[in-house]
Amino acid sequence: MTFNIDFLAWRKIAIIFSSIFLVLSIGSLLVKELNYGLDFTGGTLVELSYPEEANIGNIRETLVDGGFNGAQVANFGSSTEVLIKLPGTVSDSLGSEIVSLLSADNFEQAIDLRRIEYVGPQIGSELRDDGGTAMLIALAFMMLYIAFRFQSMFAGAAVVALVHDVIIVVGIFSLIQIEFDLTVLAALLAVIGYSLNDTIVVSDRIRENLRSAELDSTEEIINLSLNQTLGRTLITSLTTLLVLFSLYFLGGELIKNFALALIFGVVIGTYSSIYIAANALVIMGLNKDHLRVEEPENADDNPLP
Amino acid sequence: MKRYGLWRYLLILFVLGLGIVYSLPNLYAPDPAVQISYTSSSQTADEFLAQRVTDIVKNEDFDAKIQLENDYVLVRTDTYQNQLKLKELLSSELINDVVIALNLAPTTPKWLVDIGANPMKLGLDLRGGVHFLMQVDTETALRNRQDGTLQDLRIRFREENIRYNQASVEEDSSIFLKFNNLLAKEKAEEFIIDNYAQFNFPLNSNVENSIQLYLSEAEIEQIESDAIDQNLTTLRNRVNELGVSEPIVQRQGKKRIVVQLPGIQDTAAAKNILGKTATLEFHLEAQMDTPRSRKTSYPYRNGIGAPAFLQDSIILGGDQVATAQASFDENGLPQVNITLDGEGGSKMHRATRGNIGKRLGVLFVEQKTKTIYERDESGQQVPVQQSYEVKEIISLATIRAALGTTFRITGLDSPSESSELALLLRAGALAAPMTFVEERTVGPSLGADNIKAGVFSMQLGLFLVLSFILFYYRVFGVAASLALTFNIVLLVAIMSTLSATLTLPGIAGIVLTVGMAVDANVLIFSRIREELNRGRAPLDAIDAGYNRAFLTIWDANVTTLIVAVILLSYGTGPVKGFAITLSIGIITSMFTAIMGTRAFVNLIYGSKKNLEGLSI
Repeated sequence: MTFNIDFLAWRKIAIIFSSIFLVLSIGSLLVKELNYGLDFTGGTLVELSYPEEANIGNIRETLVDGGFNGAQVANFGSSTEVLIKLPGTVSDSLGSEIVSLLSADNFEQAIDLRRIEYVGPQIGSELRDDGGTAMLIALAFMMLYIAFRFQSMFAGAAVVALVHDVIIVVGIFSLIQIEFDLTVLAALLAVIGYSLNDTIVVSDRIRENLRSAELDSTEEIINLSLNQTLGRTLITSLTTLLVLFSLYFLGGELIKNFALALIFGVVIGTYSSIYIAANALVIMGLNKDHLRVEEPENADDNPLP
Repeated sequence: MKRYGLWRYLLILFVLGLGIVYSLPNLYAPDPAVQISYTSSSQTADEFLAQRVTDIVKNEDFDAKIQLENDYVLVRTDTYQNQLKLKELLSSELINDVVIALNLAPTTPKWLVDIGANPMKLGLDLRGGVHFLMQVDTETALRNRQDGTLQDLRIRFREENIRYNQASVEEDSSIFLKFNNLLAKEKAEEFIIDNYAQFNFPLNSNVENSIQLYLSEAEIEQIESDAIDQNLTTLRNRVNELGVSEPIVQRQGKKRIVVQLPGIQDTAAAKNILGKTATLEFHLEAQMDTPRSRKTSYPYRNGIGAPAFLQDSIILGGDQVATAQASFDENGLPQVNITLDGEGGSKMHRATRGNIGKRLGVLFVEQKTKTIYERDESGQQVPVQQSYEVKEIISLATIRAALGTTFRITGLDSPSESSELALLLRAGALAAPMTFVEERTVGPSLGADNIKAGVFSMQLGLFLVLSFILFYYRVFGVAASLALTFNIVLLVAIMSTLSATLTLPGIAGIVLTVGMAVDANVLIFSRIREELNRGRAPLDAIDAGYNRAFLTIWDANVTTLIVAVILLSYGTGPVKGFAITLSIGIITSMFTAIMGTRAFVNLIYGSKKNLEGLSI
């Protein structure tokens, strides 16, 4: 695949496009906030499997009669699976109480207990803090590595792209109110890894071309590099999306949101490594002089396995 | 073109061979099994127990294989239904000196076991089970320690002839002492400084003629860490009593303990045993002349009978019980037979010898937690869990003769109470009560579904990716496909040898690795195509492609690895499971995608001198 697209001609449009998305995301995060899952809010969750179609109304009534007032009851994945949630509760035995209550009410059919989860109130906020810390540390370490391997401008550009990706993916989760739990947090960190992967490949090519290409203008060099790596970027995104869709459709309910976060992340990460990271380099005024003295090693002379 | 030395091929073949051998055990599905061991740790499973089990199984015409392992008897069945039936059957036939646990027995062939090849461990989300996270209430441990010290101080003050008006443990776990006059205070102060090192000095108090004793930082830390260590030990004992195969009991952070019990479904029963802080205390009954300050009135546990006064000083506590067995007395009422350790026996003997005719009270002490609502700084009602102690008399019987190391306790409500008490006494008491801060139970059906979904999505993902690269890169696509498959084999082999735990997010990590590992090959192949387009000879293009792509691959993978390692160190639960497979996958993919494909490509093209073009 060879391309000759003038990416940087789209620069301004890309900036407007990204800005709109960022504003929407941040706005949604402020107004609608994230739909935090049990991991972060604390509470009790019970998943049951009925032999036949479950009557949600009846279950709700039984629960209210049994004194469980704030219970949310909903189907989960299929009409025989039921998910019951009691947010913010403090007792750790509610799950088993609910199971025995519903089993007693439904004695002619055996209800299969799929899972009970209880997260205490103090754990929820801790997990949230730990998650945030992990993300900041990951960003910091990556900046250091790129600054060491490349040059500080590349590190800045990569982090701008990463922050952009994370905000937009989280923003989408807030906008369509998909549950945000620990697995989604893991996915988000994987998005950082993936997007960075992309950004590095592009940056690597820019660095190489800055050193060797006959072209003088940084814009042209960046454009050339983007075109050279575009084929690879698209193919890798495609193979990754293939497995992610397979996870999304077949991996089961517990993995669905994880896959979804990564799907959004891969798409946005691919876009950002082309438009955001490269753009940031142009805006920061990268040019050949920045790479002259540093790092004598060059991809060409490196002995390899 | 660069020659590819024989040693590289040998290395690749060697690694591939190791990978295949060490990932093999995962292909053998484990047998649902039941394992039987003796309750008491001094008795190991023997031929006799195996014979008893064999007889029971034979009588019922059960299709099962019975093996005698190191310290248990293993009965393998073929289905999960049979496993449950077998457990019920054995529980009803064998009397209560054994522990019967469900287990998944590996069916790895012997030659693989001999070379240390074992299947991966499955996480609770894949095999079903319970995960508990418990927070240790170290405040109570501090308070208990201060209570003990205060008792000691009272005795020592009496010996030293130091008079005091008031002595109590305050809300903040400090000891408050008030004296008649300055002289007594100063004497006490001197005495405390000489004999007790655990307090913060200098001593002081705002109230006249009084001392307030605060524990020093170092002492507090010591007590807290001792409490957690003792709780860990006790929990391990209790988990053993529950009969769970491959349980995990671990400290997490400063004040928390994780307990994972694979295969357990009845969480209520498990929690009841794990969280119980019940123990016993033996006190003499207070006499008419016992001063009010040295006796306390306790109610009866069964609610019958008027509350009675017991002396505050403890003869001995549950920690000096060596063994305890539940049984029935001659009237068929539940009882617990107790054997004390040597020190406990002599204490008991000394205390009862001089008090024949008086009554000995057995106190049942239990730490319970309740939820109260408090206002936080912002004025919101927040739930706070608070622990409190309940002490009730279970028996108050006349001492007829001096007691020794063995005796029995009656007055229990039901056989289940007696066996629970026996278990708790055997396993030891918790040093501090614990609250359950997190609980996750996964039913066996969900576990099985998760495995199915995970494996299916992995197969489809792999199939899609392989089809695509075969179509897109042809011969080079074959190289990349082999490398990808090889990568999964290696990943599984490493997970198995590290005995890392595979979870559902872990499977997602493997699937993601498949998608991302192709990237290295895509980078290389794109470069080769570029070089060909520039007019380089095919073999030179291959060389240049691999050389130029290497640094990019290296940088890209190292940065992803940084993320994975941070996830691994900061993450808990699902995050960790994902990070493990992701990190291993990144490392193995570097080997397979670069060295592996290079070897294959050289094998195909390396010997052809006048190559016209490449199938890429």
